[in-house]
Amino acid sequence: MTAVVEIVTQEQWIEVGSVSDIPKDGARVVKTPLGDIAVFRNMQDEIFALRDQCPHKGGPLSQGIIYGKTVACPLHNWNIALDTGMAVAPDEGCAASFPVRVEGETVFLSLTPNEGCPGK
Amino acid sequence: MKRMKLVMVGNGMAGVRTLEELLKIAPDLYEITVFGAEPYANYNRILLSPVLAGEQTIKDIMLNDVDWYAQNGITLHLNKKITRIDRKNRTVHAEDGTSAAYDRLILATGSNPFMLPVPGNDLQGVISFRDIHDVDAMIEASAKFKHAVVIGGGLLGLEAANGLKLRGMDVTVVHLPQSLMERQLDPTGSQMLQKSLEDKGLKFLMGKQTEQLIGKEGRVAAVRFKDGSEVPADLVVMAVGIRPNTTLAESAGIHCNRGIVVNDTMQTYDPRVYAIGECVSHRGIAYGLVAPLFEMAKVCANHLAEYGIGRYTGSVTSTKLKVTGIELFSAGDYLGGEGTDNLLLSDPKSGLYKKLVLKDNKLVGAVLYGESADGNWYFKLMREGTDVSALRNRLLFGETHLGDAGHGGQSKAAAMQDSDQVCDCNGVCKGAIVKAIVTKGLFTLDDVKAHTKAAASCGSCTGLVEQILSHTLGGEYSAPEAKPLCKCTDYTHDQVRAAIREQKLTSIPQVMSQLEWKRADGCPSCRPALNYYLISTWPREAKDDYQSRFINERAHGNIQKDGTYSVIPRLWGGSVTVDQLRTIADAAEKFKVPEVKLTGGQRIDMLGVKKEDLPEMWGFLAERGLVSGHAYGKALRTVKTCVGSDWCRFGVQDSTQMGIDLEEMTWGSWTPHKFKMAVSGCPRNCAEATIKDFGVVGIDSGWELHVGGNGGVKVRATDLLCRVATREEVLEYAAAFMQIYREEARYLERTAPWVERVGLAYIKARVVDDAEGRAAAYQRFLESQEIYKFDPWAERAKGVDKHEFTPLKVVAG
Ligand SMILES: Cc1cc2nc3c(=O)[nH]c(=O)nc-3n(C[C@H](O)[C@H](O)[C@H](O)COP(=O)(O)OP(=O)(O)OC[C@H]3O[C@@H](n4cnc5c(N)ncnc54)[C@H](O)[C@@H]3O)c2cc1C
Ligand code: SF4
Ligand code: FES
Repeated sequence: MTAVVEIVTQEQWIEVGSVSDIPKDGARVVKTPLGDIAVFRNMQDEIFALRDQCPHKGGPLSQGIIYGKTVACPLHNWNIALDTGMAVAPDEGCAASFPVRVEGETVFLSLTPNEGCPGK
Repeated sequence: MKRMKLVMVGNGMAGVRTLEELLKIAPDLYEITVFGAEPYANYNRILLSPVLAGEQTIKDIMLNDVDWYAQNGITLHLNKKITRIDRKNRTVHAEDGTSAAYDRLILATGSNPFMLPVPGNDLQGVISFRDIHDVDAMIEASAKFKHAVVIGGGLLGLEAANGLKLRGMDVTVVHLPQSLMERQLDPTGSQMLQKSLEDKGLKFLMGKQTEQLIGKEGRVAAVRFKDGSEVPADLVVMAVGIRPNTTLAESAGIHCNRGIVVNDTMQTYDPRVYAIGECVSHRGIAYGLVAPLFEMAKVCANHLAEYGIGRYTGSVTSTKLKVTGIELFSAGDYLGGEGTDNLLLSDPKSGLYKKLVLKDNKLVGAVLYGESADGNWYFKLMREGTDVSALRNRLLFGETHLGDAGHGGQSKAAAMQDSDQVCDCNGVCKGAIVKAIVTKGLFTLDDVKAHTKAAASCGSCTGLVEQILSHTLGGEYSAPEAKPLCKCTDYTHDQVRAAIREQKLTSIPQVMSQLEWKRADGCPSCRPALNYYLISTWPREAKDDYQSRFINERAHGNIQKDGTYSVIPRLWGGSVTVDQLRTIADAAEKFKVPEVKLTGGQRIDMLGVKKEDLPEMWGFLAERGLVSGHAYGKALRTVKTCVGSDWCRFGVQDSTQMGIDLEEMTWGSWTPHKFKMAVSGCPRNCAEATIKDFGVVGIDSGWELHVGGNGGVKVRATDLLCRVATREEVLEYAAAFMQIYREEARYLERTAPWVERVGLAYIKARVVDDAEGRAAAYQRFLESQEIYKFDPWAERAKGVDKHEFTPLKVVAG
């Protein structure tokens, strides 16, 4: 296991790894004191981060199948938008999304969730 | 103890049955004497019809011969008609002066055929159809004469007419009402029946009232009707009905009212005198069929045996017409009326007609024409008063249709009319469903539910809706109506597959660009399907795309609801060594596995393993010789076995070894859906091989191979594929079946629906009849296995797909 352990405060951007550490149409998990965060990479090499918990019954979204800007939860196949964390209709709910920033090959993550996901 | 004297008058079906029942429960209670007016011992009157038709002989229809009476100590007086009962002195007297004393008396005098009171009814050649004597007379007449007229178009008349026709006579059936068997059939059924009988060469004169039988030199020559018309007749069979034979009882002062009146224990007004059979009137009903008479017999015997617990409370009756080639069944209140619902299935063209009459959610009547196999089942539902509301929508389709996708046979939905209601909850008829399927392009049950509301409420018509779907869409491979693979494309599964094969496409992006996928990255429906089609078609050339696999197949474990995984090592053929058990125990301990459980497939499941621990745990197992059980994949799962001939006293084949051999050949292969096998060592089938995708059952001469079964929500028993002699054949057939399934079934289609879709005949043609094709499929399977038969766990323990199992980063708090 190669992950580096750092101590951070919530507002900081944290370097979590490089784009190529995440498979295309895949996801990796960042373990934080606030719980697991799933960092996704799609076919277009866009990077997204969501709480690794499906709004339905908490399924690990990082284990789902990713297509376009959506991930399908591995437990009961809810579809969650990667950019907003909102469940795709007719399902309702959302998984908190987190800001990500890519500089060159390096991926940075903020642990302060984006606005717009009530209760998460 | 001195035995009581039991005398029976009438040596027919009901009476002798009573004696049989009595002998069973109280063989020593009575000294029995029987009087019969006919010169024959006990025979099966029902089967006089096949005798007349030349299908059976008198010998075939004997039930109890004279020896039987002797063996049971019964005194038998044949050809002796009782003419007087002396109730005061408790004796009966026959015509010829024979008499017998009784403590108990059974009257079982049956009934008399009713002879129309028309002039000439006593001419020679005018007979009834009741006993052997009548049949002999008919057979004799058929050899000498040409024209037969049967008066009466009921059950008896039609069977007589059919028999005479088969014996070469020119037969006309005269019937006063407008439709045949009006007492058992509704008008539609009658018409269909008349049509088939006409096809057999019978002629009908309906609505004709007989006025006179015209004789010539003492023998009948013609029948004249009220309207003045006439038909020639050398033989006239009267089959216009029967009358309970009460003459004797009445003469003895026993109360009769259209039958000898009996209570629920079959006793007449004189409690020493019982009556039974067609001669009785029970609660105002006189029965003319054997089934109720046999129920009476049981009760009567019970009472005679002094048990006194049986009561006869009446019967619902059913009728089957015994005319070879015509299937007709009717039971109960077949007409229906106030407060009843009729379920109808009518297809005159293919000669099918079914009518079920329901009242208060119970089946009260049935008419089946053209196909009467389910008659008994309906009759049972009626007799038992089963609440059929839950079955209602499937009821018409018979027993085999229930709760099961059926056995690859023909869809019966095909026989329904457009106006027949399918979903009762929402009042949707077949026509509406078919229309929605065709015009809106629906392909799934869910689509139909959403658009028509059929099957959307109680769901009891689901099976029927599925049938209508499959019947409407057809099982054709490239039917334009077939379902597109998913919303990303207009092509069907089969078309995509063909393109992959024909254009040699070997990667998902290639397929998507070649077939102009609508969404660049596909979706979670098409990606796993495409990945499967690619690797199964081009095992060497296509690269397995893990990001297009469901997590279970990517992580090589079953994801559980809490996000942990289960680990199930392969136990070949369900056999396990002490070392393997120890390894599993050690692994469970070492990785703190919270629960260990035996699976239904004869393996051991370690539940609740954290994803990060998986590679290390797998490494631990791999070092000790255990490999992945693929319990998580659309792949070969297990080969379940029974102990077989090595240990079992019934075993005729070594099922365990066969299972191990099969598992060693097939493990690691990916299939459209999970694939399970089982091997039993003998037909007792302890390994439940007949609900597996491929089941093998040992028999003396080798093995039986079964295909297309599954347990689960919709249980389906396998179809028998064939029998083979050797182990090598089992392996070859199994691999060939599996390979053809892998190449031709749609992704996520299990063998059961696949076999039903393409038909067992097709599978047999490919796997059994075509030896060359089978060998080639076997070869392709083995080739694919060269690539895919490896342990994914061992690989990952060594570092493959490491990213899958380790966090990107751990951020400390
Ligand atoms: C051709 C034919 C086809 C049939 N097909 C069917 C069918 O498909 N299904 C069905 O359920 N039923 C059928 N039946 C009806 C069935 O055969 C009768 O319901 C049944 O045989 C009646 O039994 P039983 O014992 O009451 O009368 P029987 O079997 O008629 O027996 C009465 C006997 O008593 C004798 N007897 C009468 N009076 C005296 C007396 N005073 N002294 C001595 N002996 C006497 C008679 O000679 C006769 O042998 C058919 C009947 C016929 C004739
Ligand atoms: S299937 Fe036959 S051989 Fe196998 S355990 Fe049962 S009885 Fe024995
Ligand atoms: S937990 Fe994600 S769909 Fe149910």
